Amino acid sequence: MKKIVILGALSAIARQVARQIVGHDVEMLLVGRSPRRLAELRRDLQLRGSKRVEIFQADLENLEEQRAAYEYARRQLVDFDVLLLAYGALLDPKSAVCDSQWVTRQLTVNFVSAAAALTLFAEHFEKRMEGCLAAITSVAGDRGRPANYVYGSAKGGLALFLQGLRARLHPCGVSVITIKPGPVDTPMTEFFQPRRLLARPESVAAEIVRALERRRPAVLYTPAYWRPLMAGIRALPEPIMRRLQI
Amino acid sequence: MAVPVFSRRASVSSPVPESSLGRGRRDIESWGRYPHGAHRRVLRAWWSDQVPACLANAGPASILPGGLRRSYGDSCLNFGRDLLDCTPLDRFLFADFQRGILRCEAGVTLHEILRMVVPRGWFLPVLPGTAHVTLGGAIANDIHGKNHHRQGSIGRHLRQLMLSRSDAPELLCSPNSEIELFRATIGGLGLTGVILWAEMQLKPVSSPWLLARKSVFKSLDEFFYLTAQNDDSEEYTVAWLDGFARSDPQGVFFSASHAPAPVENHSGEASLQRHAFPVARGIPGQCLNPWTIRLFNAAYRNYQERSTRTKLIHYRSFFFPLDSLDNWNRIYGRGGLVQYQCLLPEDPGILRRLLAKISISGQVSFLMVLKRFGNLASPGILAFPRPGLTLALDFPMRGRRTLQLLDELDAIVLPCGGALYPAKDARMSRAAFQSSFPNWRRFRAAIDPKCSSSFWRRVTEW
Ligand SMILES: Cc1cc2nc3c(=O)[nH]c(=O)nc-3n(C[C@H](O)[C@H](O)[C@H](O)COP(=O)(O)OP(=O)(O)OC[C@H]3O[C@@H](n4cnc5c(N)ncnc54)[C@H](O)[C@@H]3O)c2cc1C
Ligand SMILES: NC(=O)c1ccc[n+]([C@@H]2O[C@H](COP(=O)([O-])OP(=O)(O)OC[C@H]3O[C@@H](n4cnc5c(N)ncnc54)[C@H](OP(=O)(O)O)[C@@H]3O)[C@@H](O)[C@H]2O)c1
Repeated sequence: MKKIVILGALSAIARQVARQIVGHDVEMLLVGRSPRRLAELRRDLQLRGSKRVEIFQADLENLEEQRAAYEYARRQLVDFDVLLLAYGALLDPKSAVCDSQWVTRQLTVNFVSAAAALTLFAEHFEKRMEGCLAAITSVAGDRGRPANYVYGSAKGGLALFLQGLRARLHPCGVSVITIKPGPVDTPMTEFFQPRRLLARPESVAAEIVRALERRRPAVLYTPAYWRPLMAGIRALPEPIMRRLQI
Repeated sequence: MAVPVFSRRASVSSPVPESSLGRGRRDIESWGRYPHGAHRRVLRAWWSDQVPACLANAGPASILPGGLRRSYGDSCLNFGRDLLDCTPLDRFLFADFQRGILRCEAGVTLHEILRMVVPRGWFLPVLPGTAHVTLGGAIANDIHGKNHHRQGSIGRHLRQLMLSRSDAPELLCSPNSEIELFRATIGGLGLTGVILWAEMQLKPVSSPWLLARKSVFKSLDEFFYLTAQNDDSEEYTVAWLDGFARSDPQGVFFSASHAPAPVENHSGEASLQRHAFPVARGIPGQCLNPWTIRLFNAAYRNYQERSTRTKLIHYRSFFFPLDSLDNWNRIYGRGGLVQYQCLLPEDPGILRRLLAKISISGQVSFLMVLKRFGNLASPGILAFPRPGLTLALDFPMRGRRTLQLLDELDAIVLPCGGALYPAKDARMSRAAFQSSFPNWRRFRAAIDPKCSSSFWRRVTEW
C-alpha cells in the first residue's frame, strides 16, 4: 500500500485505519463532509508522523461532489493503489419504518451512492491493472432481520455489487475486498445493547489494514468469529427465523 | 446527474450522541469501585465541535466531563445525572519539538503523549503512577508526581487551554487571559466547563532511562535524612513504607534521575510496550486480608533488601509498575477499595500517631507511599499539593469499619493543617473539605452552572 483514498474518512473505523497506517509510509487522501474535522484529523495524522495527508470536502451522497473527489484524487495522488469506502449511515430506526422517504434515504447513502462511487473509482484501477478496492458493508447485510432490514438490504446489495465487481476486475489483477464488521463501538451504535458485544474500532481497523496490505481475503468478517456465526444464521430456515424474531 | 439528496449535512453539528460505557449505565465505576450508583445518561464527545451544543442542551448542574475514570472516588462520577465522556477527543493539534511545546485534545492519554515525545528527547514534566489517564483528567486534578519537589504540579507547566462553557462555546484561558478561569480549571475537578485542548511545556531529557537508587530505612528519622539529602540532587524521590512496621516505620527510599547520556535503544518506545496482563473479574474481596497483605509486604521488603541498590531502569518500569496489570483494582473484589491520600506537616510525631492508629484498628493498607512535596505553588485555586508530606494508603473497603477508621485519621490530619486529595477521596465530610480547601468559595464562583459532580454535591451541599 503506497497511496490510499478513504471515502468517509471521518468515520470512527476509518480514522483508526488512517492512524494505524501512519507508520507504513503511505500517502493518503481523506474525503469527508466536515472541513473543520478533516483539518483536525489531518493535523493529528501529520503529527503522528504521516508522510502526506490531503483532505477533500465532499458530501458523497451527491454524485457531482463524488466526481469532484475522484478528480481531486487523480490530480493529487495520481496513481493511488488503494481505495477504502467507509462511509455509511444507520438512520434512527425509531423515526419511521413505514416512511418511504426514510427508506429511500437509507438505501441511497448506503447502496446507491456507494455503488456509484465504486464504479467511478473502478475505472482508475482498471486502467492501472493493479490495486485494491475495499468497501465496508456489514454483517447486517447477510440476513434480513426485522430490526434493521432496510440498512441490511442496502449493505447486502453492496456486498453483491462488490462480488460482481470482484469477478469483473479479477482478470485485470485488481482485488476487491468486502469488509463485513459485526457491531463496533462507534457513534453509529450508541443505542446498541448490550455494550459488551461491541468490538473495538482499533481492532476492526487493524484487521482491515492487514487485509488491505495482503489484498485478501475477498470477504473479511471482523472480528473473525462473525464468519461462522453468520454462516449459521444464514442457514436457519425462514420459519424458524421468523419465529425467533431476532 | 445527481443522486437525490435528502436533508444534507444532518449530522455535522448534531448533538452529542448518547452512549453507555462499559456494561450499561449502572456499571460506571471509578477506580476504587466505591461508591456505586447509576447515571442518567452517558454522552460521548467524538469531536470538539460537538461539546458546546451538548453543554447548551444540558440542564442546570446536570453534567460532568470525564476521562478514563482513574480517580478513585466520586469526583469523576455524577450519580443520577449525566457524564460527558471526553476520551474520544484524542487528537494531537500542534507540536514544536524545538521548544518542547505540545498541544493536544483533552482525551489524549499520557501514554500516547510519551510515545510521541520521548523518542524526540522530551518528557512530561509531571507523571502520576499510571500512564492511563487523560490530559483533561490530569489538569482537572492538577496531578503531582515523584518530582513534585522539583517541578510542582502539572498546572505549572500549562501554557494555555481551551475551555468550553455553557455561556461561552470556546474560551482561551492562560496565565495572561481569563486568568481566574485558568486558575480555577487547574484542579477544577471538571466543574468549570469542558477542557477541549491544552498546551504545555515539555521537559527536555537526556534519555528515557533512569539511574535509580534505593536505600532501606529503619526509622522515620532516617527517612527524613534521606529525603533531605536526595531532594536537592535527584529528580524523582518517593518512599515505600512497610505496612506492618510497629513503633517506627521502616521502608525503602527510591530516588532516580535521567541517565546522563543517551543509552543505546533511545527510541525503544515501541519495543517496550509489553502486553498488560488482565486481572479477572469477580475475584472475591477476601483474597486481600491482613494475612495476605502482610505476606506481600514481607516479600516485597525482602526483595528490595536483596536486589541491587543502583540500576539503570526504563522510565515506564519506574513510574508505572502497576500498568503491567490491567484493572488491578479488581484484586480488591466487589467491595472495592478506598484510597486515603493526605497532606501532613513535616512532623514525625503526627505521622507516627497516624500509623499507630491504623495499626491498632487491625486494618491494613496494601501499599503505603510517602513523599515530601516541595514548595513550588500551583496556580490552581483548589490545588491539593502544598509544602509538607503526602502519605497515600489503600484500604480494602469493608464498609462502616473502614469509614470509621478514616474518620479517625481525619481527626489527626485535619487539625494540624492537613488536607485530603479529592482525586482519591470518596468519603471526606463537608466540614473536612471546606476547612482544608479554604479557597472553595472563591472557586465556586467559577463553576459552570451546568456542571456538577457527586463529589461536589457531597462536600458543598447541605
Ligand atoms: C494507579 C494510579 C496511580 C495514580 N498516581 C497518581 C499520582 O501519583 N499523582 C496524582 O496526582 N494522581 C495519581 N492518580 C490519580 C489520577 O492521576 C487522577 O485521578 C487523574 O485525574 C485521572 O485522570 P482520568 O483521565 O482518569 O480522569 P477521570 O478520573 O475520569 O476524571 C478526573 C477529573 O477530571 C475531570 N475531567 C476529565 N476530563 C475532563 C475534560 N476534558 N475537561 C474538564 N474536566 C475533565 C473529571 O470531571 C474529573 O473531575 C493515580 C491513579 C491511579 C489509578
Ligand atoms: N459501527 C458498526 O457497528 C458497524 C457495523 C458494520 C458496518 N459498519 C459500517 O462501517 C462504516 C463506518 O461506520 P462507523 O461505525 O465508523 O460509524 P461513523 O463513525 O458514524 O461513520 C459513518 C461516517 O459516514 C459518514 N457519512 C455518512 N453519510 C455521508 C455522506 N453523504 N457523505 C460523506 N460522508 C458520509 C459520516 O460522516 P459525518 O461525520 O459527516 O456524519 C461518518 O463519518 C459504515 O459504512 C458503517 O455502515 C459499522
